[in-house]
Amino acid sequence: MLQHSRPTGEFLAGIRAIFPLVVAVIPIGLVFGAVSATKGLSALETTLMSALVFAGGSQFVAMDIWMHPASWIGVGFAALLVNIRHVLMSASIGTKMQSFSIIRRYAAMLFLADELWAMAEFRAGSGRLTPAWYAGIVTPFYAAWVGSSLAGALLGAFLGDPAVIGLDFAFPAVFVVLVMGFWKGPETGAILATSGVAAVATHHFVPGVWYIAAGALAGLAMALWKGKVREQAA
Amino acid sequence: MTLDINTLLAILAMALATISTRISGLVLIRHIKLDERWKTAIEAIPPAVLMAVIAPTAFATGWAETLACAATALAARRLPMLASVTLGVATVALLRAAGF
Repeated sequence: MLQHSRPTGEFLAGIRAIFPLVVAVIPIGLVFGAVSATKGLSALETTLMSALVFAGGSQFVAMDIWMHPASWIGVGFAALLVNIRHVLMSASIGTKMQSFSIIRRYAAMLFLADELWAMAEFRAGSGRLTPAWYAGIVTPFYAAWVGSSLAGALLGAFLGDPAVIGLDFAFPAVFVVLVMGFWKGPETGAILATSGVAAVATHHFVPGVWYIAAGALAGLAMALWKGKVREQAA
Repeated sequence: MTLDINTLLAILAMALATISTRISGLVLIRHIKLDERWKTAIEAIPPAVLMAVIAPTAFATGWAETLACAATALAARRLPMLASVTLGVATVALLRAAGF
């Protein structure tokens, strides 16, 4: 019993930590399901996409460029482009998974959605990231995303336009909150400013989703440059 | 409940693309030695990625979104996440209704 209580406690703590994001993701999943219904996907197809891809951003982009019959090259390449940031995210969180076995590390990466990654980074920064805690944030979030996609696909047109009540803003709002949590002083400010300017400029001049990779790489370059200046000063 | 073969192929292609990006970072760090510069870069990843994702919404969509992002950021300094997000969503809905 005692041996079980610690992982169980960690699992429950994970569920508590992810709860606000579960609430935030349900309207987004409903919208995704409703949008995919208007694009001619069946409820089964929509649910399969949410369960297998499990990356909201790339799923919305796929709906944006969806054709009949579906083009696997088109949406596959778009998903690669939208999710290229996951390479950086996985490299970063991978250095903080000391208590995960190798197999668990790879299993954990399959569920590396933005929100789960950000929460895990946060946890690693303020304590120890354990497999049980990670399972605690993944389970309800994954269930909520897949379940709300299915519900959205079934309800379809009944849902109306989410922009009227601002629900489309839940996802950016969560990210704003998380960005504030990563603030560590002026150097973070320089990274944020560089990433933001590069992303907005790229978004303005280059069609598609290159802005995410451009902003992220510009922010990284700024961090490396600041690090070099610090090295030389020392 | 239909399952079109082209749709299934498209979903599998998306899944494969997504999984390979999520795995490759882990593979990458197993094959490089983490010196000080790599650590600096890896520490910068969370804020750099998050900012790049939200920047067009925050700065280039409209006044309602920009002001709501600012309100959310200010709220996040004091309030828990759910309260800050709710405040942001309410702000953007009110501003859009007001015609911003």
